Amino acid sequence: MTAKTFQMDGHDVPFEEGQSILAAALAAGSYVPYLCYHAEFKPHGSCKVCTVKVNGRTQASCTTPAREGDVVESNVDELNELRKNLVQFLFTEGNHFCPSCEASGGCALQAVGYELGMTTAHYSPLFPDRPVDASHPDVLLDFNRCILCELCVRASSLVDGKNVFSLSGRGITKHLIVNAESGKLADTTLSVEDKAMSVCPVGVILRKRRGFKAPIGERRYDAHSISEVAVAHPEDEAK
Amino acid sequence: MALNLSAIVARHGGDPSRLVQILRDVMDAEGHVAPPVITALASTLGVSRGQVEGVVGFYSFLDSEPRGKYRVLFSDNITDELSGGHELRQRMLDAFRLELGEVSRDGLVSIGATSCTGLCDQGPAMLVNGRAIARLTPARIGAIASLIRGESPMDQWPDNLFVIDSHIERKDLLLSTPLSPGEAIDAAIARGAAATIDEIARSGLRGRGGAGFGTGQKWAACAAAHGGGPAERYVVCNADEGEPGTFKDRELFAHYTDLVLEGMTVAGFAVGAQKGLIYLRAEYPFLFAPLLAKLEERRRAGLLGRDVRGARGFDFDIELHIGAGAYVCGEESALIESLEGKRGIPRNRPPFPVTHGYKQQPTVVNNVETLAVAALIAKHGADFLRAVGTAKSSGTKVLSVSGDVARPGIYEYPFGVPVARVLEDAGARDTQAVQVGGPSGILLGANELGRRISFEDVPSAGAFMVFDTTRDMLAVVENFTRFFAHESCGFCTPCRVGTTLSAQMMKRLVAGKGSRRDMKDLAKVTQIMKASSHCGLGHTAGNPVIDALAKFRPSFDRKLRSLDVLPTFDLDEALAPAREATARDDAEAHFNEEES
Repeated sequence: MTAKTFQMDGHDVPFEEGQSILAAALAAGSYVPYLCYHAEFKPHGSCKVCTVKVNGRTQASCTTPAREGDVVESNVDELNELRKNLVQFLFTEGNHFCPSCEASGGCALQAVGYELGMTTAHYSPLFPDRPVDASHPDVLLDFNRCILCELCVRASSLVDGKNVFSLSGRGITKHLIVNAESGKLADTTLSVEDKAMSVCPVGVILRKRRGFKAPIGERRYDAHSISEVAVAHPEDEAK
Repeated sequence: MALNLSAIVARHGGDPSRLVQILRDVMDAEGHVAPPVITALASTLGVSRGQVEGVVGFYSFLDSEPRGKYRVLFSDNITDELSGGHELRQRMLDAFRLELGEVSRDGLVSIGATSCTGLCDQGPAMLVNGRAIARLTPARIGAIASLIRGESPMDQWPDNLFVIDSHIERKDLLLSTPLSPGEAIDAAIARGAAATIDEIARSGLRGRGGAGFGTGQKWAACAAAHGGGPAERYVVCNADEGEPGTFKDRELFAHYTDLVLEGMTVAGFAVGAQKGLIYLRAEYPFLFAPLLAKLEERRRAGLLGRDVRGARGFDFDIELHIGAGAYVCGEESALIESLEGKRGIPRNRPPFPVTHGYKQQPTVVNNVETLAVAALIAKHGADFLRAVGTAKSSGTKVLSVSGDVARPGIYEYPFGVPVARVLEDAGARDTQAVQVGGPSGILLGANELGRRISFEDVPSAGAFMVFDTTRDMLAVVENFTRFFAHESCGFCTPCRVGTTLSAQMMKRLVAGKGSRRDMKDLAKVTQIMKASSHCGLGHTAGNPVIDALAKFRPSFDRKLRSLDVLPTFDLDEALAPAREATARDDAEAHFNEEES
């Protein structure tokens, strides 16, 4: 029996009914850049970095179901330029100082930036005021780096059953909050074993006393680019 | 705590999907939703605290921190701005020595800005504790400031302050065809549900909210959802008229209430719904009580409730929901999220609301005007509508005309009417540009006034804002970019960041601090938003910029510094905190560029 396929950048990509274009592409070894997608959670398509053209129309590939015979463009200049700009938007929006960031080398935002050939954030930085939350005995929250992917929100709600994280605000003031009247992580039920601890693609949710445990040069994206890592381990990417 | 939270929650049946309504009631009682109230609400309703806090944080009219005892919000729409709204706002800020958005130290008053309040035909306008005041003048501002200073309770303020005028300047098919309550419902019942949908489809009626989707097609899809079998179906009337420059729904609800409610009931009968929901924007508080009274009147008359008009098994009632200040909730799936008591984030589609809408049930969402027209079609048949308009746009369009015209107000025309005709009727002179359909619509230049309002040429959700040759179109577009930045829901990266970057770049350009690089970036950012945003808000947010760059390029070029690299860092501005700290503002305390 022949599997159903769609075409991406001139190659046939097999897919199972209901599978998204992104999931099918990654499983077939074709990398599409993304940030808010995670194989274990229902995709919601907010970062838009995985945008592709399906039969000429731009769509987020993580939320678009694959269909037999679709013609998908992904690794083309126009879309890579679009993606690079979206990553630049994210750098512009937050406070991202890679050289002093604990997540550097293991950060998907940084790695996708490299992948897309981004050299500067280009736009005037917004420099938002986002105080860190060091209240929890074992966990530090550095909101400066948050890209609003909602993976921690989803993990805490769907896997941990705790709803530790939520979003508040609107537009450019949208921000991550924790589920406590004090607004402090220490007053939530988060524990270090939670799934929410392991899904942050950037450097917001950090274990205390683990800083630089993995030396620079030996981090997730140091030896292999994110395009190689994502395709080699589609299941545990972003863990 | 004086707040009787359990009474409020009980009034809404302890239903978490009523969260936005519950929070509105808390705001009315307390002036804000304090963190302990959020905690208490979450536990009473059985939802996470973060969810409640997230909803409070999403809507403009919900606050978790105390605002002034008198919460003053000036409408920031361009028509309000051009008729002196900013000067009046400044006058009031000066009177209380406040900065925009600030609360006075004694907690008496806060003065802020809000998006278009839908009073563009009688601006400048403001909201005080949610109540609308139009036709602001220096004298009115003075009077209001005195009332606030005297801490006069708002129900003792002079009634004339709250009078909302009505300017229906031109009536056509919709506004001039009388309909007695029940007539359209009777006709629909006599015709049968399926035949009513066919009749609507045959009339060529298309959604009047902007997108222009076939109404008959929408109703048919809803009726057929889940195999056409029994399901809870809903009819939602989208009265979240948030597009700046639009106020037609305000007038339709004020003067054609029965027609709109009749249309909803016809839709309910046609698709097999038992419940209708009206999502009315919070900016129209003067409509709430009359609307509730009208619903009650129709219940008593057997036009709502069990066995409507004696039709056995046709049970249909209508519930009123009030928004809380979020333009994005005009998008139908965001509106449904809001109806369910959540943050107004547009859903991923498909599935569409016709199959998975309110509470995941088949739902028809129609604009106010669409429903009113549908009632007339039910009574008079498809040809009644087809006789008027153009091939692909049957019927008429109600326009909200404002800006530089002698007679702002409501004008109804058959589709196909040239823009110039509307301008002539409204008494426009020396027109430089017309923004049709609001900021997300089309900006027409003076050489395009022969174009026609229709789905084939210039579609419009109803806004029609006129700018004469004395206006700075750059400032107009800057206002629009500010609007979108304020109203982006923030879900997706391109719109969340792109709207803010556009607004910043436009602000720099208007201030004469822009560079060619800003122009290039502006074009790029709008293109990114158009290509990759999650919903219509992001797709259209760049429209005014794109149109202005194409049609009013000299206005931009005049303001440009002939530099490729821009000075984002302003030395003089950087000295401002030092000037404030030392209470100096003399020449020596300023950085003079020429000397450097």
